[in-house]
Amino acid sequence: MKSTSWVIAGLSSVLLAGTAGAATLDDVRAKGELTCIVNTGLAGFAAPNDQGVWSGFDIDYCRAVAAAVLGDSRKVGFVPSTTAERFTKLRAGEGEILSRNTTWTFSRDVDLQQTFVGVNYYDGQGFMVPASLGVTSATQLDGASVCIQTGTTTELNLAEYFSLNKMKYEPVPIATNAEAQSNYLAGRCDVYTTDASGLAATKVAFDNPNDHVVLPEVVSKEPLGPVVRHGDDQWADIASWTLKAMMVAEELGITSQNAEKMKNSENPEIRRLLGVDELQGVSALGLSPDWAYNIITQVGNYGESFERHLGKSTKLGLSRGINALAKDGGLHYVPPVK
Amino acid sequence: MSYLNSIWRNEHSRGVLIQVFVLTGFFALFSWLIGNVISNFTSLNKGFGFDFLLLPAGYDINQTLIEYTNRSTHLRAAIVGLLNTFLVAAVGVVLATLLGFILGVARLSRNWLISKLAYIYIEFTRNVPVLLHILLWHGIIVNTMPHPRQALTIGEVLFLTNRGLYVPKPIAETGIGLVWLGVVAALFFSVGFARYSRARQRQSGLQWPVFRINLVIWILLPMLAFFLAGQPVSLNLPVLTGFNFRGGIQLPPEFVALTFALAIYTAAFIGEIVRAGIVAVDKGQREAAEAIGLKPGQVMNEVILPQARRIIIPPLTSQYLNLTKNSSLAIAIGYMDIVATLGGITLNQTGREMEAMLMVMGIYLIISLLISALMNWYNSRVRLVGR
Repeated sequence: MKSTSWVIAGLSSVLLAGTAGAATLDDVRAKGELTCIVNTGLAGFAAPNDQGVWSGFDIDYCRAVAAAVLGDSRKVGFVPSTTAERFTKLRAGEGEILSRNTTWTFSRDVDLQQTFVGVNYYDGQGFMVPASLGVTSATQLDGASVCIQTGTTTELNLAEYFSLNKMKYEPVPIATNAEAQSNYLAGRCDVYTTDASGLAATKVAFDNPNDHVVLPEVVSKEPLGPVVRHGDDQWADIASWTLKAMMVAEELGITSQNAEKMKNSENPEIRRLLGVDELQGVSALGLSPDWAYNIITQVGNYGESFERHLGKSTKLGLSRGINALAKDGGLHYVPPVK
Repeated sequence: MSYLNSIWRNEHSRGVLIQVFVLTGFFALFSWLIGNVISNFTSLNKGFGFDFLLLPAGYDINQTLIEYTNRSTHLRAAIVGLLNTFLVAAVGVVLATLLGFILGVARLSRNWLISKLAYIYIEFTRNVPVLLHILLWHGIIVNTMPHPRQALTIGEVLFLTNRGLYVPKPIAETGIGLVWLGVVAALFFSVGFARYSRARQRQSGLQWPVFRINLVIWILLPMLAFFLAGQPVSLNLPVLTGFNFRGGIQLPPEFVALTFALAIYTAAFIGEIVRAGIVAVDKGQREAAEAIGLKPGQVMNEVILPQARRIIIPPLTSQYLNLTKNSSLAIAIGYMDIVATLGGITLNQTGREMEAMLMVMGIYLIISLLISALMNWYNSRVRLVGR
């Protein structure tokens, strides 16, 4: 219901809205605020905190872009969106950035006329079951009823995984994470499937998290990342290098605490990133020399953001795993800042 | 100037003028919208077409009336969804009509308790939004029914769980043709017998209990054929294997909740329409029928209802349309109708919102027009013929 009405809202904005201009950067500067399309609520990634301020891993990225473009990480407006309506909203110009744990796939990149600017979280689809079922592997799920969030890649992965393993299942499609939880807890389905990070976030919200187990199988590749509209390379570059700057900062050991001191560093890459020495092309990109310095001091580097919202000290308690930097054995390998 | 003034003063030409203005404005707005769509589509570099319907859908559907796998096309997924819409609409219309007529008659009952109960039911039901009815029924089934492993059962044949109701599935075997023959024979006999007895009654005034005799025929003939052919139907029983029941027919909670909620909600409106129809028949008709010694059942069935029907049918049509259109709320509980397949998952996976939404709207329009046409045809058959 909800998603349909949003689709219709999106449609009418396609009908009524004028075309968004090519220079997204100018639009954002003109209105003095960045608009970010985010999750309706997923612990750790995007949710309003106790004070009603949006916070989370995906939110941090939006704040970083605002810091780079406007010099102030607080100048962001958030548009919550379900899985089903998110691309329509982005294309209709309701936001400049979609930062909503969105999987990068060929069709979404090419056919839907959007640009994925990088990967901020390497994820994979997993399964959660009540511990009382005694299931230890996803291969034992033949005949089970599975709750899925509709309009996501998980729907397709699930179909592929079960037919590859010659198993049957009953799909129970559900519109939002909250409804999926209540159906799963009521026993309408035996299994809840979504990205492993989403499962962890869902599980900590239960009254008795220990009554549920996440099965070891990860059945898909889910590189999650921010998305922008096709056709504005300058804006795509800004979005892309904001994410990279956060990772490079971690690689170089620059944190929100020591960034000021690091300006005196002898390391030429650090000096270029923090705007002490000139980094060729920054002005062509339309940014001020302290763009990365603003990101790091106001939001933090990639590792800081991860630990703050997802890491061991949080309720989610996710380890870095494949989301570590390449030098620490993970998958995040960033081009040099030269 | 005075010429223009006289056009404006003339009632007829003023009417024409206003209509021209309104129409021009309407077309201007419409073409502006279309132009905007085209220019936005061009700037997004997005084409308009229905090729995507032939791509593999890639997703599974839990309730399919025709064969469907995740390798079938989006078009087939849409047809599966459309059939699910039809199923809910058809079952819902039948249930709502039966319940509605009972309610309408009960509301007029001389029994205080029955009439008040019907009144409370109607007032409660029709003043709560239908979406809440749907969510309530789904919530009740999912939260109060037992898990499959503790299923409620009637004779190990019917099973009631929070995954739905499981019933045995009849499977036809060789010799089923004879049973169908029995059904056809019963049909011919009952129609012939009804005509004959009506003609006889007109001539002689004598009555036969036509309904009861035909009921016996309808049961007897197919049963006879069934046993003569050596019981050519076997039952596929639902059996608990692993997580769920397998075999039999599953009526998922989403289907049951949606159908019940729509039927119960719409029945309240139909009840009021029926009551209005009955009350609208002049009370002299009832008194006259009673005076010539007809029994209460005959008074209702032979005198009151045939006249009330003419008043009931036109508003009944719009209730049928409402029920069918309200079935699109299915998406709230994850029932896979046309909105959830073509207007939901297909739209999301392919990103063709304009095409998919236009198709869904077109389909509902066609369904509604078909129902209207059917009911208008029926209305023209039963209406008062002026002689």
